[in-house]
Amino acid sequence: MLPPTETMRIIDFQGKVLRDIPKVSRAILLRIYRVMMTVRLVDERMLILHRQGRVGFYGACTGQEAPPVATAAALQEEDWIIPGLREGAAMLYRGYPLELYLAQVFGNGLDPMRGRQMPSHQAARAVRQFSWSSCIGTQVPHAVGVGIAMSRRGDGSIAVGFMGDGATSTADVHRGLWAAAHFRSRCILICQNNYWAISQPMRSQTRSRTLAERAYAYGIPFVRIDGNDAVAVYQGVGEAAEYVRADKGPVFLEMETYRMGAHSSADDPQLYRDNQEVASWKQRDPLVRLYTFLLDSGWWTETEDELLKQKIGQSITRSLEVLEPWPIAPIEVGYGR
Amino acid sequence: MPHWNLVEAINSALRISLNRDNRIIILGEDIAKIGGVFRATKGLLEEFGEARVMDTPLSEGGIVGIAIGMAAYGLRPVVEIQFADFIYPAFDQIVSELAKLRYRSGGQYSAPMVIRAPYGGGVKGGLYHSQSPETHFIHTPGLKVVVPSHPYQAKGLLTAAIQDEEPVIFLEPKRVYRAHREEVPEDYYTLPLGKARVSCIGENVTVVAWGAMHHEATTAIEQANERNISCELIDLQTLHPMDIQTVITSVRKTGRLVVVHEAPRTGGFAGEIISQVTESCFYHLECPPLRITGADTPFPYTGEMDYLPLAPRILAGIEAIARPS
Repeated sequence: MLPPTETMRIIDFQGKVLRDIPKVSRAILLRIYRVMMTVRLVDERMLILHRQGRVGFYGACTGQEAPPVATAAALQEEDWIIPGLREGAAMLYRGYPLELYLAQVFGNGLDPMRGRQMPSHQAARAVRQFSWSSCIGTQVPHAVGVGIAMSRRGDGSIAVGFMGDGATSTADVHRGLWAAAHFRSRCILICQNNYWAISQPMRSQTRSRTLAERAYAYGIPFVRIDGNDAVAVYQGVGEAAEYVRADKGPVFLEMETYRMGAHSSADDPQLYRDNQEVASWKQRDPLVRLYTFLLDSGWWTETEDELLKQKIGQSITRSLEVLEPWPIAPIEVGYGR
Repeated sequence: MPHWNLVEAINSALRISLNRDNRIIILGEDIAKIGGVFRATKGLLEEFGEARVMDTPLSEGGIVGIAIGMAAYGLRPVVEIQFADFIYPAFDQIVSELAKLRYRSGGQYSAPMVIRAPYGGGVKGGLYHSQSPETHFIHTPGLKVVVPSHPYQAKGLLTAAIQDEEPVIFLEPKRVYRAHREEVPEDYYTLPLGKARVSCIGENVTVVAWGAMHHEATTAIEQANERNISCELIDLQTLHPMDIQTVITSVRKTGRLVVVHEAPRTGGFAGEIISQVTESCFYHLECPPLRITGADTPFPYTGEMDYLPLAPRILAGIEAIARPS
């Protein structure tokens, strides 16, 4: 095992196929695309609502839709996802209703989390999405523990824990990597390297070339994946899941991606980031790449795309009409157990 | 019935729980092969195997972190932190994650588990093997904090803590580990969490103490009795949620309150107990309540017996409050 120099990529920045396309069904890719588009449009709308003072906080995953959505697509129904801030989209792929997703943003009486958590801190047991705090990296040992429990229970499931590049400097990520390797946890640990931990660039997290080398130090197999290539994410997570499911031990995946927007609605990236860098990543937009690929494959048309955007926009609007005036949960719920 | 010390009672509680419930897993540093530095888990690896009795490398935050994941998925981890003084690397996992998981997820997820940690001074442990960190956890909503004083209570409270649906910080008075023996049933039993125990009935002064200091208080009230001061001694057992009613009932009778703890005085739990008592029965008090506590300094090595609120200091306090000059 050597430090990685290559990034797994299946469709290039122009959406062209680089290598033999794995056996992935049209239905799955279209579902990935629809959910990625849904999240893109939800995030856009929520940021507008935030600027209008109608939403208190928001953490968009714009530019990073492929890792959560295509990961969810590559997993089985009973597998658990232990997310960080930008993985709520996985829930939508797994059938979580958009209405409940948006209810969480308003923290109203329909929110399964009863308005106790900030927006973008989604969790739903119904789709096996674990609850994230706000602390960076603390969820990684949880993912490892879920994976250990899964092997003790022998029920065939695996755990997928997410973290960002900034998290790789926290003690908990190293504790998690140690424990994953030591106890051969049934888990995949995915680092969404979006190159910015608020204002700190990835190069301030480490002097090594990649973040995958963190896993190398613990003897955990790793793969670097182009995180803006939904097909590569789907394929890479699928292969890793097969490996972990066969009880061969944990796998670490570094997904190279980019946060197109601010860290959250409380951040201004103009203060620390070069516009040219952002523009260069815009060329690699995961949604555009998948769209081009689907178009070239004859699986999708411009007309269908327009219709999809309209349909999603309308369902967001309809949901908001119900959700925005919906009252918050009674105060005793907010202060309850 | 066997005569067990507190370590043996803990060992029995773990063994019997592992036998009854296959969701239970115990993990910690040096707990499997050598049975823990205090041997509280002795023999469990041989009996239950390494899938259920797990030695871990030195990473308290990692131990508690993975235990949270295990508990969330349906196992019942019982973690041993070698000394309560070393619980701080796991503090973030306990305070930010464990204590808040059920609340923040709207009850969708929880992590019922027990974290056992030997605490307290008097064993020549210096600064980092002697501390009493209970208030950090009492001050964190979402945790229960239990401190047994005797072998019988230790077993029954630990079995109850293991079955509890909330996370429990279980602080074991290491000074008592091998210092006291009593009859402990071999069979499974539980004692209710959140319930104090009146360990001695008296008329003139209420003394509240827990853990190792309960033994010191026992000595002190025996001596007070010889001086015709009748004391009622309350062993809180569960510090949070606290059974304040038992304390209030007693103070309404005696009108005098002494609270003893090893932890530093300022911000110590005695302040909270006295506050609640004062709020509830101010007009029953014959004099200001008294705290007898550790000092507002780190725990010293050579001077540990001066730091601890041992029986002579407790007795002096009882006398001062019972017979104000």
